[in-house]
Parts: sequence; C-alpha cells; structure tokens
Amino acid sequence: MKDRSMLLQKEMIAEHFRRLEAAPQTGEKVVYTFVPGNLTELIRSFGALPLLPEINALQSGMRGKSKGYIAEAEKAGHSADVCTYVKADIGMMMSGNIGPTGTKLPPPDLLLLSYTGCYTFMKWFELLREKYQCPTVFLQIPYQGDGTLLPEHRDYVVEQLRQDVIPALEKVTGRPYDEARLRELLALSARAEDDLVAVLHSAKQKPSPIDSYFGGVYYIGPIFSAFRGTPEGVEYYQALREEVEERAAAGEGPMTPSGRLDDQQFRLVVEGPPNWTSFNQFWEMFSDEGAVVVASTYTKVGGTYDFGFRHDPADPLGTLADYCGGCYTNHNLPGRIDMLVEYVRQYQADGFLINSVKSCNSFSAGQLLILREVEKRTGIPGGFIESDLVDPRYFSAANIKNRLESYFQMLRERRRAGGQAASPAAPPAAGRAP
Amino acid sequence: MRCYVGVDLGSTTTKAVVLGEDGRILGRGITNSRANYDLAADVARTEAFVTARFGLLRREVQRSAGDARLSALLRAFRLEQTLAQLQRLAAALHAEIDHAVAPALRQGTHDAIDEIIDRSRQEEEQVFLLPDPPLRSDFFRDVAGSTFSRLAEELANRDGASFDLLLGLYDKCIIQVENTPLELGFHDHIGAALARIGDPPEVRAGVQAATAMAFDAAVTCGTGYGRARLPFPKEWIRSEILCHGLGAHAMFPRTRTVLDIGGQDTKAIQVDGEGIVTSFQMNDRCAAGCGRYLGYIADEMNIGLHELGPIAEQSTRKVRINSTCTVFAGAELRERLGVGERREDILAGLHRAVILRAMSLLARSGGIEDEFTFTGGVANNPAAVQALRELVEENYGRRTLNISPASIYTGALGAAIFALRVDRPGAELDTGGGEA
Amino acid sequence: MSPTPDDPTAARARRQQIVAWARDLYEDLDFGSVHRWLAQAPGRKACGYLPVYVPREIIHAAGMLPVGVHGGGSMEIIRGDAYYQSYICHLPRSVVELGLTGRLKCLSAMLFPSTCDVIRNLSGMWQVLEPGTYVRYVDLPQVNEPARAVDFWRGELAHLLRDLSACTGRTVTDEDLWRSVAVYDEQRALVQDLYDARREQPWRIPSEELYLLLRAAEVVPVEEWLPVARDYLSVTAQDPGRPRDNARVVVVGAFCEQPPLGLLKTIERAGCYIVDDDLLLGNRLVQGAVPRDGDPLTCLARALLFQHRESSILYEPDPGAKMRSIPRRVEAARADGVIFAAPSFCDPALLDRPMLREGAEASKIPCIAFKYAENTGQFQQFREQAGTFSDSIKLWLGTRAEREQSAPQGGAR
Repeated sequence: MKDRSMLLQKEMIAEHFRRLEAAPQTGEKVVYTFVPGNLTELIRSFGALPLLPEINALQSGMRGKSKGYIAEAEKAGHSADVCTYVKADIGMMMSGNIGPTGTKLPPPDLLLLSYTGCYTFMKWFELLREKYQCPTVFLQIPYQGDGTLLPEHRDYVVEQLRQDVIPALEKVTGRPYDEARLRELLALSARAEDDLVAVLHSAKQKPSPIDSYFGGVYYIGPIFSAFRGTPEGVEYYQALREEVEERAAAGEGPMTPSGRLDDQQFRLVVEGPPNWTSFNQFWEMFSDEGAVVVASTYTKVGGTYDFGFRHDPADPLGTLADYCGGCYTNHNLPGRIDMLVEYVRQYQADGFLINSVKSCNSFSAGQLLILREVEKRTGIPGGFIESDLVDPRYFSAANIKNRLESYFQMLRERRRAGGQAASPAAPPAAGRAP
Repeated sequence: MRCYVGVDLGSTTTKAVVLGEDGRILGRGITNSRANYDLAADVARTEAFVTARFGLLRREVQRSAGDARLSALLRAFRLEQTLAQLQRLAAALHAEIDHAVAPALRQGTHDAIDEIIDRSRQEEEQVFLLPDPPLRSDFFRDVAGSTFSRLAEELANRDGASFDLLLGLYDKCIIQVENTPLELGFHDHIGAALARIGDPPEVRAGVQAATAMAFDAAVTCGTGYGRARLPFPKEWIRSEILCHGLGAHAMFPRTRTVLDIGGQDTKAIQVDGEGIVTSFQMNDRCAAGCGRYLGYIADEMNIGLHELGPIAEQSTRKVRINSTCTVFAGAELRERLGVGERREDILAGLHRAVILRAMSLLARSGGIEDEFTFTGGVANNPAAVQALRELVEENYGRRTLNISPASIYTGALGAAIFALRVDRPGAELDTGGGEA
Repeated sequence: MSPTPDDPTAARARRQQIVAWARDLYEDLDFGSVHRWLAQAPGRKACGYLPVYVPREIIHAAGMLPVGVHGGGSMEIIRGDAYYQSYICHLPRSVVELGLTGRLKCLSAMLFPSTCDVIRNLSGMWQVLEPGTYVRYVDLPQVNEPARAVDFWRGELAHLLRDLSACTGRTVTDEDLWRSVAVYDEQRALVQDLYDARREQPWRIPSEELYLLLRAAEVVPVEEWLPVARDYLSVTAQDPGRPRDNARVVVVGAFCEQPPLGLLKTIERAGCYIVDDDLLLGNRLVQGAVPRDGDPLTCLARALLFQHRESSILYEPDPGAKMRSIPRRVEAARADGVIFAAPSFCDPALLDRPMLREGAEASKIPCIAFKYAENTGQFQQFREQAGTFSDSIKLWLGTRAEREQSAPQGGAR
C-alpha cells in the first residue's frame, strides 16, 4: 500500500516530464539548472520549466542505465577519475536524451548555472553549452569560507540576479520580470518548507517515524527539484506531514526494504550522498540491522531549512541570494562539522556514519577530518564507508556490508559493555606524534 | 567437557580455536580455505578438537608414565594415522583406476599401486623403529608424496609402468584423502598405538582418561570474510574487527591498538581495557599495500613470499618507493632493476611503503597507543616488522610491539571468546598470551 | 655578480650556480630560505598560498613574504594519507603532511584559492588543524561579464589586505600598493621573457632549469629573485647550446599539482622540446602590466578580470574559446603537438580535457595524454609515450621547422 504522498509525488513528476517532452510543441521554455542554489521560483515566475541534470543522472543510476551512459562518456574521452554525474548526463545526451520517466527531454532554451558549493558544476555547464550551443547565464555564489555569507557577497549575488539572470530569462521567455508574481511563488515555497521541516524534526522522536536519509531523499525530491513555489508542492508537503504525524502519534517507524522499522536498534546521523545504483540493497544493509537514520546532510544540499531559513516574499532577490549561499556544500568544513555535531545531539544519535562517494570532492575532500572532529566532540564512534553516486563499478556490496556489520556490532558491543558509547571519552588524537 | 569454538573463515586460510570453560585454549586447527566453506570450517574445527584431545592426552600420559613413554606413544599414534591414511589413499586410487584408466591398463596399474602402497607401509614402520628418526613434514601429503613418486619412478624403470599416469592418479586422490576429517582417527588409532608400544598399564591409564573425555561444543561463533556463509545463527556471527580486537586483547591484555595486515585487507583497531573495539578503520576500496601486494612482488621476482622479508633485511640503502599500487608494481620493479638498483634495496623500500600505508590507516583510526599488537600474515615478515618498528618510533615514540607466533589465530580466538560469553556472560577468562 | 658578456666560462659557472641555488630551494621541504628571511628582521611574517592564483601584490604590500606551497614532491606521507581517500589527488596529502610535521609553522597566514573543491575544502581543514594560522579561502571571480565582478573582486582584495595588514600591524598606503604592483609587473615581464627565450631557442633553456628558476620565485622575495633571473637570461643568451632534432610540444593541464622534475626531463629527453606549459601558472595568469588608471585595488581587480589567460580554473564566458584554445596556443608557440599531462583526479584539468582535445584534433594537431602525481617515481611509460610521439611527428608529419624549411631559429651551430 502506497502512501498518498508517494502517489502524489509520482504523478507530479510524471506530469512535469510530460510537459517537458511537449515543450518544443507547446512553446514552454526549458531552463537547465542545478539542485544546490536552484532558482525555481524565479524560473517559474517567467513561466519556464526547470530541468535538473543531476536528478536525471541519479535517476539513470536508479534505473540501471548509468553504467552504459558512463561508458559512452568515457569512450568519448572523459576521464575515469571525474564525477560520474557529469558522465552519466553526457552519456544520456549522447544516447538520445531519454529522461527518467522514459520521455524524451527537450534541449535547453537557457542554461542557468548558479554555481553553488560545487566546482564541477561550472565545468559541467561548459560541456553542456558546447553540446547545446544555447544561451547561458552564470551566477557566482561566493563560498562561505569564513562561515557566513557576508553582506557584500549577498549584494553581489543580488546584483548578478538583477543584471544578468533576470535579463537572460526575460530575453528567452519574452516576458518581463514580474516581482509580484515572484513574491507569490516564494510565499508558496515558505509554506512547503515549514511542512518539510516538521517532517525532518519528527525524527527526534523515538521511534523515529521517518528515515531521514533513504526515506529523506524521497521527501526532498519535490522541493529540491522543480516544485518549489508550486501549489502541487504545497499539497505534497501537507500530505507528507500528515502521514508522518500519524505515524508519530501511533509510535510507528518508517517503511523500509525490511518492512516497517518499529524496533529501532541504532539511531544514526549520515554525512554524504547515497549510492543510487544499489539504493535499495544499500538501505537494506541498514534496515536489516534495525538502523534508522535520524538526520543527514545530503538532504540539505538543496537548502538548510531545518536551521531556520525560509524563502521570504518580502525580499525576493535577497532571499534567493540567502538561499543559494546557505546550501550545505557551500558551508565551510568547520560549519559542516558544527552541523553534524548539532544533529548528533539534537537527534540523540548513537552512531555517525560517512558514506564517502568517489565522484563528489565537494562532499568527500575533508570527510576524514570531519569524522575525527565529530567523534572528538560527541564521543560517539564514527563509521566510514566508500561508494559512488551512479557508477556501479564503485559499489562493492560485500565490502560495504562487511564494514557496516562491523560498525553496528561495535556499537552493540560498546553498549553491552556498559554504555561507553555515551561517555564523552574522545578517541586519541590521530596523526600526531606525542 | 563443555567447550567453545571460534571459526575464522578467511580468504586464504580457515582457522579454529577451542576454549575450555575457564577460557583456556584447548586446541587450534588450520586449513586452506576452499570453495566449500562448510568443509573448510569443518576440517579446521576437527583439527582443533584433535589437538585438544592430544593436549589432554599429553597431560594425562605425562603424569602417569613420563616424557619418554609419551613421546613413543605420540610417534606410534602418528604412524597409525599415516598407515590409515595410506589405506584410504589406496582405496581411492583403486576406485580411480576403475573409473578413469583404460581397461587394458587397469590390472597392471592396480598391481603397481598395491606394490607402492605396500612398500610405503613397510618404510613407515621401519622409520618408526629407528632410535633417532629424521625430521619430516607433518603433512601426510608431503610424506606420502615423496615416497610415492620415488617408488613410481622405480616401477616405471623396472616394469615400464607409466610414471605420469601414476603421479596423475596420486595428485587426484590425495585431495580426497586430505579433505576427509580425522576426528574419528583418534579413537581408531590410539588403541593400536598403545598396542604397538606394548600396552604398558601406566600409559593405558592416561590414554583411557583422555579417550573417555567427551567434548561438548556448547557454542560456536564464526568470523572472517566468509562468515556470512557459515551455518550458524546470526547472533553467533561476529565481525573480524571485533574478533581481532578481542583476540589481541586475550593474547596481550594491555593491547590498546591492533594492526592486522592480511591478504586482502588491512585493519587498524583501537580497543579499550576490556578488548572492546572503540574505533576502527579498514583500507579503502583500493587494496594497495595489503599482503597481496607483497604476493605480486614475490611472483614478479619469481621467489617465495616467505623469502621477501629476509632478502629485504640485507638492504643497506633503502630505495624510496612511492606507490604500492598492485597494477604498477611489476612495471615499477622492472624499471628499478633496469636502472641498476639492488634487489634487496628495492624490497626494503617496498616493505616500508606497505607499512607507510598501514601507518596512515592507524593515524586515521586514532593513532597508536601502548601496547600495540601486530597480527596477520604480514606480521610473520621480519622486514615488515622492522619497518613498522622504525616508523612507530619515528612517529609515536616508544611503544611495546607485540607479535604472537600464533597471531594467525587471533580472529578465531576472539570468536571463541565471544562463544564462551554467549554461554557464560561475564565469565573471568584465562586465555593465556603470546610472547612479546 | 653578473658575468661579462664575452666570458663563456664565467657565464657557464654563473649558470650552474643559479641552477644549484634554485635546486636547493626546490628540494628544501623545511623552507629554510623563509626561516632565514624571517630571522633577518624582527616582526617579519610570511604568508603561504596554494595553487593556482593568489594576488601576491597584496601579500607583498602588507609586508609579508609570499610563499608558494606546491606540495612535497616525493616525500613520505603518513598523516596526509590519513585524511584523504584514494580517489583524491596527491597535492593536499603532502600539504597536510608538511603542515602536521611542523614544516609550515613559518607561515603566519595561508591562502587557499578557488582552484577546485579539494583546495577549497582544505581551507576549512586548515582552520581546524592549524588554529593559530590566519586562513582565507580566496574566492576568485567566476562570471560571464567581467565588469560585473570588479566590485566583488576589489572587495575581496580589500578584505585580504585589511586582514594581512592587521597581521603585520602595517598601514598600507596606495604608494605601497603601487610599489608592489610595479615589482610584480616586473616579475611577470621577466617570466614572459624567459618563456619567450625558451620558445625561440628551447635547447638553450632546458625546461628543468626554467622550472627550477620559477619555483625559486615562489619562495624567495621577489626583489631577490629578479636580478638572479636577469642573470640567468643573460648567461643563457651567451651559450649557443646544441639544437637537437626534437619535436616542439605544448604541455597542457599541469597547473596545480606539479609534476616531478623527472617527468619534465623525461619529456625533453624523449625528443620533445616543451615550448609552452601551464606549470606554476599563477605567476602569469595575469598577462601584461596592471593598468594605472584608478586606485590600485581597482586596477588590480581589473587586471585579473580583463587580462587573465584562459585557464581551467576560471569560468570561460566565451562559448567557442575552449575549442580554439589549443590551436591558438600551438600556433603562438609554433609547436608541433600537445601533451595533455594532468594530475590524477584533477577535476579542472580532466573535465576540460575532452573539449580541449576535440579542439586540437579538429585542427589536426597531434596529441597524447597521460596522468601523473607529484610523487610519481617511474617514468618508463612516459618515456615510451613521449618518445613515440616525437618520432611519429618527425617521421610522419615533419616538425614545424622542417615544414617551414628553415634553419633552426637563432642560427646556432
């Protein structure tokens, strides 16, 4: 039995891709953009449709297509060393551009690159521009190197929105910028965001009514992709929140590949994106052990709403700048460590796990330091596994299962040995001679 | 006697350890891992029980009859065992001849095998009577094999029998014999062995005491890479990490950091004062720097794995090696040799590179605390141990470095302790240590 | 002590002396020259930076010694590997190793420019690992329209200047800034002269020597480097050298993690003169002199935005530029072919490679490609590739020199 929210989401996405497929006929304009720092409300205020290449790439991974696409791209000269999202996307394009729901994807009328938190996006767009030869607009979002988006950086973003992005959208769509319309959409976003945050916070309960990583990636789907600022988005998050609140009231856990997880042995915080090619198998390695993820950072790449940010209709361009600057991977390392420590404490986690993906240096470079610092500050032991986003060659099930089992057994033994897991004793400092 | 078994199903060898109720090690067994994991576990466990019973026998007979009598008994037992195995080998060979040899050659081959087996038996009995028998391999395959091929050659020269045919038959059948567990062998042969040394009553008393004892394996825990395939309840399966941590703690109770370098992976483990793992790291997806890397190098140099360390120890000027990537190992080696670097210097550099990788993993897991225990196949390599000593001292200062001669059993020992704890939670243990 | 123009023996000796000096600096992972500079006067401070580009004029004006931290070559790595997975490039490992072994204690500040996500994240790691050091992530301007980013980049320069001068306790005037701009203008011009000289007569200036000299510029005060480099240029001009029948190649992609010296030597010995490259690109990312038509920070900001070389580290607003890049460089360097040499796992270089290569191949420019790491210890595969490449150019295509049917430039021999 599927939840209403799941059916809603499925229908929303199918409808979106139908519209995309028909766009060349209907004349609707298509804007390619990325998840972190996406400007969905602005795009939609011009009546255009957003399309997100990373979502296509991860869907290709889940549908078992990415291996072939990556091979295509590598044959065309792309290095084995680089991001597999890029290669899956390029390979899909080379193979006829059939999207996640089986419909043909339209070429972009505009490439809108909001360069947030990931350097590779910039290179990715240069590659897409070469293939599509279409108008391109670029938005630089300064990195929070000092742990905050400085006022001058915010101004810089607003200035670019005014001077570059809006004129580009006006030109492509033939419509003038309509700030009143943008405000309306931003207000819808804020409503959906409230409901999403309520869902995320529900994991503070025991048992948690949600899984905030494997389940979480479904929950963030609409708001991170094309449905911010839409009535469908608002409806979806209302429905989702109601279901979660019902489960919470009944003391029920989330559905997992191992059935409903009411008996939750481990509450985990997870850092890093999931693997998409063996998503269910990966999830099962957790649910079989009774592990539920209560908070994750991956579900914040498209916005850190649970730390208070909401789109603000009163300051439409400023709020978009704040949104872009605040996405998870745009935070510096100390900021990410703080966030994880906060999650461990707020969600009373007894484990902390990093899934380090080969593709994504933005996430992965520095994760071993994050691991050490979070262990040191929370006193709970961290686990570390490695895989990739959409390259099945980098998902070794036996290897990952071995590490996860070892990790869960360690947590269990420590608990059995008298709650040492809860003691703040820090592991010895790594890497330094005494 | 109630006892507890740990089985460590590794990628190359399978190990078993049997513990008594007091946690003392009664017996150990080891065998090559095979495609059939159940059988490997079974053979290792059976061997562990045989050694356990021998341990018992030793104690009892020594007490009742003294060392000389004990030694004679053990030799007689070994002879009986060998004779029984020869008999099994003969049966297997005859069956194989009927199955695989062309009808025209069958009778001649049967006769040849009969002669070879018969003469092998006589030779074994003569060796037993020697006052000072030569040192020989403990493995039946080695002992029987050398005699068999010598006699087969003789027959080939004398009667024109086919040497290749005979040896082919032997190779095929010896595997069957090896794969048959020997547990029943103790009861079968100890009586004959006793008779062979004249059945002295004081020896008989000890033998009876040891034979009468029934081992009752209350709980068996499994670990190792193949643990998921062991037919044990899930709660009796423990990860290698936990078992290595606990096993190292049992061998050296002051252990706080454990390094295990095996064939396929490297583990750095931190344990607390009770042997409970507090954090661990395993090598990443890339297997560079594991034991297998040294295997490639040995293959590339056309020498045995066990020779690598001793050659490297002769180095006077280590070569700096930066990559422990197995893919490039061969090319790098050839290039180094090509520019005239000396073999021992290159090998010394390679050992240091392997240990450097391990040092990084240790740093990742939380550093090296005192005491530090090194386990796994690479712990038997003197050059690796020397490199580890140097690097530990350079980076962490003085640490006590423990290496047990029985370190290969660390994981199985840990599993056996878990088995004991399943049955007797909170029991005080006396598992004995290894040598520092 | 400059040699007289007509004394070849003295010239040769001076050249050897310069190369030895540069090599010592290159091999010194303890930054002895920085320590000596710091000890010469009380209160001196040094500021390290990672590749590729930082505005050294700002560091200099604040009174600090700019020090390029270009990894550890083939040093042994323990601590660095503890922090990095196997699929991340080598440079940050050796930088962490240098830091955690105390070798960078001489640096009061560290700058991490926006070269890639690995270096960006390293800035945050440094904040955690070295709490006593001033750390700044230098977010370079990435824009479609350069004019849009002048204020932003000027703001970043001002911010950096404010912080660094607080570190040294100096008040920096516009005159100070102009002085720093002038001295780095001079360095850029001299670097350009050196590249020009090698391009014209590559047998006179081996890539190894040029590289060592430019590495020296990363650690010694610019005022100390300039006269030495001028000397080098003048003594090499006096040595006719012996031209060899080599192919001329452009080496592309080695702008961040630096290849081992052995790799450069291998390429040249295998029959390829390197006539243009991306090595230590930060020293010439800005081309030509900084304009003098406004306040110094604005002029510096405009210099980067309007006068920068095409590079994988900056967004390329011109859609056709990547495809044209290699043919243009090959033409400018009068090269016969291109060697794509990128560090393993280097996102900027490797993500750009397919387009650059496509552009090269569309113009029928011969190419080969390989990957290296700063600690690569074996060169056999490079020797084979580069040797075959050179032979194939000479045998099948003819070098440019042959095609032009002209004697080697400079008329030596």
